[in-house]
Amino acid sequence: MRDFASKLEPNAMDLSRPGRIGIALPASDVPQAEPPPPELLRDELRLPELSQLDVVRHFTRLSQLNWSIDTNMYPLGSCTMKLNPKVNDAMAALPGLAEAHPMQPAGDVQGALAVMYGLQRQLVEITGMADASLAPMAGAQGELAGIRVIKAYLDANGNGGVKRTRVLVPDSAHGTNPATASMAGFDVVSVRSRPDGDMDLDALREALEEHGHAVAALMITLPSTLGLFDRNIVEIARMVHEHGAQMYGDGANLNAMLGQVKPGDLGFDVMHINLHKTFSQPHGGGGPGAGPIAVKPHLLPYLPSPHVVAQAGPKEEEGTRDRVPDDLRAQRDPPSLRPPTSDSPRLALHDPERTIGRMGAFHGNFGVLVRAYAYVRSLGPEGLRAISEAAVLNANYVQARLRDAYELAHDRTCMHEVVFSGNRQKAETGVKTLDIAKRMIDYGYHPPTIYFPLVVEEAMMVEPTESETKETLDAFCDAMLAIAEEARTKPDLLREAPHTAPLRRLDEATAARKPRLRW
Amino acid sequence: MIEIDPVDRESTIGGAPHPYVPLTDDDRRQMLSTVGLPSTDALFDDIPRDYRNPDLQLPDALTELELVSEMRELAARDRTAAGYACFLGAGAYRHFRPALIDALVMRGEFLTSYTPYQPEVSQGTLQTIFEFQSLVCELTGMDVANAGMYDGASALAEACLMACAITGRRRIAISERVHPHWIAVVRGYADGRDIALDVMPHDALAATDEHACLAVQQPDFFGRMSPTAGAWAQAAHADGALFVVAADPVSLGMFRPPAAYGADIVVGEGQSLGVPLSFGGPYVGLFACRDRYVRQMPGRIVGQTTDIEGRTGYVLTLQTREQHIRRERATSNICTSQQLVALSTAVYLETLGPRGLRRVAELCYEKAHHAARRIAQLDGYEVEDGEPYFHEFVVRTPKPVAEINAHLLARGIIGGLDVTGAPEGDGTPRMLLCATEMNARAEIDAMVEALRDA
Repeated sequence: MRDFASKLEPNAMDLSRPGRIGIALPASDVPQAEPPPPELLRDELRLPELSQLDVVRHFTRLSQLNWSIDTNMYPLGSCTMKLNPKVNDAMAALPGLAEAHPMQPAGDVQGALAVMYGLQRQLVEITGMADASLAPMAGAQGELAGIRVIKAYLDANGNGGVKRTRVLVPDSAHGTNPATASMAGFDVVSVRSRPDGDMDLDALREALEEHGHAVAALMITLPSTLGLFDRNIVEIARMVHEHGAQMYGDGANLNAMLGQVKPGDLGFDVMHINLHKTFSQPHGGGGPGAGPIAVKPHLLPYLPSPHVVAQAGPKEEEGTRDRVPDDLRAQRDPPSLRPPTSDSPRLALHDPERTIGRMGAFHGNFGVLVRAYAYVRSLGPEGLRAISEAAVLNANYVQARLRDAYELAHDRTCMHEVVFSGNRQKAETGVKTLDIAKRMIDYGYHPPTIYFPLVVEEAMMVEPTESETKETLDAFCDAMLAIAEEARTKPDLLREAPHTAPLRRLDEATAARKPRLRW
Repeated sequence: MIEIDPVDRESTIGGAPHPYVPLTDDDRRQMLSTVGLPSTDALFDDIPRDYRNPDLQLPDALTELELVSEMRELAARDRTAAGYACFLGAGAYRHFRPALIDALVMRGEFLTSYTPYQPEVSQGTLQTIFEFQSLVCELTGMDVANAGMYDGASALAEACLMACAITGRRRIAISERVHPHWIAVVRGYADGRDIALDVMPHDALAATDEHACLAVQQPDFFGRMSPTAGAWAQAAHADGALFVVAADPVSLGMFRPPAAYGADIVVGEGQSLGVPLSFGGPYVGLFACRDRYVRQMPGRIVGQTTDIEGRTGYVLTLQTREQHIRRERATSNICTSQQLVALSTAVYLETLGPRGLRRVAELCYEKAHHAARRIAQLDGYEVEDGEPYFHEFVVRTPKPVAEINAHLLARGIIGGLDVTGAPEGDGTPRMLLCATEMNARAEIDAMVEALRDA
């Protein structure tokens, strides 16, 4: 067996030796200024001192301790670990975009604004909403923006003097949903799911009746975190609206719906979209992502600021804007989505009339927005549909191949992800889901999401995505079947896994009890 | 209209295989047979039929070659620092980026990994976060730091909410010299929790016993370093309020760390540590505090531990503060850390080391002061230099700032921000100018000449 101990890397401060430096900087070319008052200056700065090769080798070695989409299948449920096309990174790095300063006047950054405007239009078309704001810098911040939009709308429109203080959240929801509702000043009411995975309509009715006009919104993920399309979604939206509340859609699982159905058509009033999931932004080990929100017309005045709008320019007034270019493709494009030309309307950053305000210092995670725009342009309507079809087919294929070995949380056609339970293994052999997950590492697969959603005991949530080949899916399923067999015959092999990773299991309890958080 | 054969529609995009979707027709047939469904359409039978297969009004797919060409054309419309001398700062700063940063950060193992929930196969990311936390502590002088926030502004907002949670108070005091966009973000976060925000003039800056914290920026929006920050801290503490400082990390290469003048929580915009301007993001918020507040800190935190064989390793820790465990009782709903950007700042700091960072800070200081000194000699211009400043300063101009900037732009120069309407103005046109190590002397002198004949 390989000796992995030698692969571990000391921290940078341990590698540091006084007198080394990784880059040389020029001397000053201006006359020396009067120095600042000495009481403002620091006398000591302790940072690692490394040679250039030290730095390169340090981070290269660290990178090699990571698994990633580029190196391993990474079927983390609810995370959509799909291909991250390299061209998108190259587009975000184009100097005209990467060096645009966020405080430049709009007239000087029409290219950057065209990308943002184009993405707004793409997201609107895909979600079936009226408009979108790209300001939120992550999914959770999109949730916060969306819930605050709802709050602002409800506050402005009165409610017979009753303040709506509660948000309904299904018990299967991602933890950010209740945390967001709480950050926006709402109390959370949990709504249970039925055994078949759909929301329990009786429970919803009870909650709506009990809390009456105090309910501001229902936050719901579609497809749900159980990987299922809630068959009653239209009825749910009707019930929520009947009580004067709003439908908030968590778009974490949009990858299953591209071109199949538009959430706006189903009755959602506002939703956020995780560009780092469905729209291929690399996860980067935990960000950056982006969480734009899309809304129905009644919520437009409340969108976060800034928002990109097209202003009529003189060219347009002369009627030249709709001049058909020679390119036949463009004839089929709706005007706003045509590749912009010099005749395009002038784009500007705009504060919506009753905006909830800013989510960050500038205009959102622009580099992420560029990648998402490029991704949609690379797929077109047929490509988007093909993505969803393949993502859903792949998940159902994994479900079909593993259903005899692992208990299914819900035995029905799943969407882009499938939730298994390790209950059977636990009952028969004492092996837990954690052990199964760790053993997968020995087979070369990143473990699925485990112990989530909370409503499924010993949950294992597998999301293969559309990017994997059938051969990879088969190899993954073969490994899962082999592990199920090992759980019966060699349970200790699982309990002690992983055996081949750079490290064995880590002591998380001591880490939390006696935190050591810096060198 | 041409009828498309269902098999063709399933298997091809615009009549050709797509590089992002590898399933072949054969794969589909075999897989559907294993699943026991007649068609891919049947996979979607749970969606109410009336809502299925909506029309998508989007342009057809572009090949990579076509995409690159279209995007280059778009990017070429921008007038940016790529082709212009740039003196714009105001919260986003252009600094030199050693080539090794992108070469390392863009490695697929960093770029395409997820949040390190499985520590055995995520030690690269985890150790990087541990080093990032350590570097932020060294820069700010604080005891502990988290893995990063969305940006500096949201980090400041979270710091103020954290101060409210610690003190049990529901008012925030903030200096009107904090970046106006940052104040707007704090206001949004505070409104959500029905917390009051008092924006205070610089000469009357003080917390009361109703305030959870006093928040200031160093250097402030106008580039000034306050020598009296220690007095603010003492006064805030005397009233039981925390002292929150937003600091520019490059300035900390030469200026005193906020811990030295009494900060309880320090935040900052990590962008200036060699992160591209990128039209405002993605950036990373720095967040550090004193030891005793670590369990109230929002965001992801990595700790050092050992594996069962005693080898040093790193794990996500103190997770009971976070939303995936604590749900509605979490310290924040944040569940990301802008990790890739945090990584790039760690590479930057470890490449520059203490001498490099000090040099960058000193070059910024020298260049800005050279520019200011020369502008002060021009007729009609007046530099507001009554207080020490780092790499930004306010100039009173003889004409509206927009007019002057148009004149500069025609000469290949991106001018400063119009702050005529900002606090402490009297209606005279004012421009906020910034110089960094990226501005060569010739460029600065050309800018001064252009101002002269504006």
